[in-house]
Amino acid sequence: MNGQLDDGLGAELLRTMWRIRAFEERVGRLTRANEVHGLVHLSAGQEAVAAGVCGQLRDDDAVYSGHRAHGHAIAKGAPLARVLAELMGRDGGLCRGLGGSMHLVDVEHGFLGATGVVGGNVPLALGSALAGRLQGGDRVAVVFFGDGAVQGGIFVESVNLATLWGLPVILVCENNGFAEFTPRSAHTNVERVSDVVAPYGIERETVDGNDVGAVRNAFARFLAAARAGGGPALLECLTVRLRGHYEGDPQLYREALAAEEWQRLDPILRLQRRGLEEGWLDADGPERLEQEARDEVEEAVRVARESPFPPASVAAELVYAP
Amino acid sequence: MTGTTYLRAITATLAEAMRADPRVLVIGEDVAEGGPWGATAGLAEEFGAERVRNTPISEAAICGIAIGAAQSGLRPVVEIMFVDFVTLALDQLVNQAAKAHFMSGGQLRVPMVLRTQGGAGQRGGAQHSQSLEAWLTHVPGLKVVMPSTAADAAGLLASAIADDNPVVYVENKTLYFRSEEVEPTGPVPLGRAQVVRSGRDVTVVALSRLVHESLAATEELAAEGIEVEVIDPRTLVPLDLDAIVESVARTHRLVVAHEAVKHGGFGAEIAALVQAAAFDELDAPIARVGAPFTPIPFSPPLEDAYLPGKDDVRAAVLSLLGR
Repeated sequence: MNGQLDDGLGAELLRTMWRIRAFEERVGRLTRANEVHGLVHLSAGQEAVAAGVCGQLRDDDAVYSGHRAHGHAIAKGAPLARVLAELMGRDGGLCRGLGGSMHLVDVEHGFLGATGVVGGNVPLALGSALAGRLQGGDRVAVVFFGDGAVQGGIFVESVNLATLWGLPVILVCENNGFAEFTPRSAHTNVERVSDVVAPYGIERETVDGNDVGAVRNAFARFLAAARAGGGPALLECLTVRLRGHYEGDPQLYREALAAEEWQRLDPILRLQRRGLEEGWLDADGPERLEQEARDEVEEAVRVARESPFPPASVAAELVYAP
Repeated sequence: MTGTTYLRAITATLAEAMRADPRVLVIGEDVAEGGPWGATAGLAEEFGAERVRNTPISEAAICGIAIGAAQSGLRPVVEIMFVDFVTLALDQLVNQAAKAHFMSGGQLRVPMVLRTQGGAGQRGGAQHSQSLEAWLTHVPGLKVVMPSTAADAAGLLASAIADDNPVVYVENKTLYFRSEEVEPTGPVPLGRAQVVRSGRDVTVVALSRLVHESLAATEELAAEGIEVEVIDPRTLVPLDLDAIVESVARTHRLVVAHEAVKHGGFGAEIAALVQAAAFDELDAPIARVGAPFTPIPFSPPLEDAYLPGKDDVRAAVLSLLGR
């Protein structure tokens, strides 16, 4: 474990992670109940990356993400009820129900968007970083993607340009070992994503992505450099996808994780054990934080359910900006 | 009136936009050197390397960077050197740029222009000569512009840069060095057609290079007593259908002419829209002029035979008149 987490920081990280976990578990149930629609990819198990990264960003820092984006949006500040309403296709959703799970956007909180095309918005983060630099100021851009995105040409084009132009963009790879159904070993000979980018001279580090302190520390270093006028960096977070690729995935391609193994890996349980050991979390803390998060999610469910579906006219109205 | 060319009109408009608005920047392959024809010549000298950004040969990333920059407050003009290479950036254009405003419920805007050029006739072969605009007109969220004159090249580019949506601006390489006397007109609104020549007998709606081919055909036809009206839509999306229908209501005959492959071309869309809007006005089936359904041949006599031109327009007009 890394970094100092007392003075409320550890509790704040736990709170963020529990909010994501409780949200994702509830979304899984709502998907099976046909209240949440479409292709749903849950980030349960990967919460430490979202919390460790987004917790250090400001609203004017741009974040982009991929198809497994709920946690990133929540950690960046998107209100739970508005994320959930979006997943339910409601008018009160972040995107008025026109985006859905894979296309969340919350401009107010600097979550500039998720994409359903793997790797497709990596260059958008570069563009946002370029805008930040040309406009002056110290804002940065961050893009989350999975290890599956690294085998696409757009990734290589983007790494090359980010380094060539020295852009203040931080590429955060959540390497959960699977590209959809396929283990990393079956789609590339390069084990580490940080090795893929090595020839470009980009700042890079591979960390235990289930150790929120490690994620936070490594990201803090890259963030400080980018804010100070430095160039891009790549942070590879080794993590575990607790659920299938999508909700409903029978996962015939992998063995279920043993419960005791998951107890050992779970980023939330790990942080709670640390908090209890270091004394910044009291004995009631874990249960209290979990319950607060679950209550907050239930309230979000209630609010989202009350939101109507959008009027049919909204689709034609929003094709073009006025 | 001042003499200019289609190409110089583009360069001058880019420079004016960059002078007027520090958010405008130019991104693309070799743009700092002016590009293959000189469309961006001199911009790097005036505005510097930060705003006139040479890129690697990475069409997808270039386009994606422009989208991201546009979403964060800049107004990029990105150049894809040949429209044939827009294929490499289609995810960016179709999935990322076109849908961002819509999918975000109106939160995001993508005020970017993608400049590119198409057209055959210069022995470029099948991968450097195509007319692919119809693909892009099929994507809700994109605007598609095709200027045929220097005046429109300037006026439409100014409007495209000022627009808050992704605009694909398709030039034609054979028009670049066409000399023209230009009356400074300012921005040309997107979605407004122009009647290039008035006539009572047949309406020809022509795109880009075919505007000039159609005008050449009409000169010959006028000598034979046939008065053809030529309309240049200038913008395909949004399309000024009213102007076309108004003309057809007077001539009762319509030819649609473009250089793109006729099969699945934008002419089919115009024909379908006009027959739906003005079926009772038509005295003859709508005729289409376009390229045959083959890749563009390299061999010069074959390319010349492939290219739709004034003789094809003339034949189509005569066929509608039963001659």
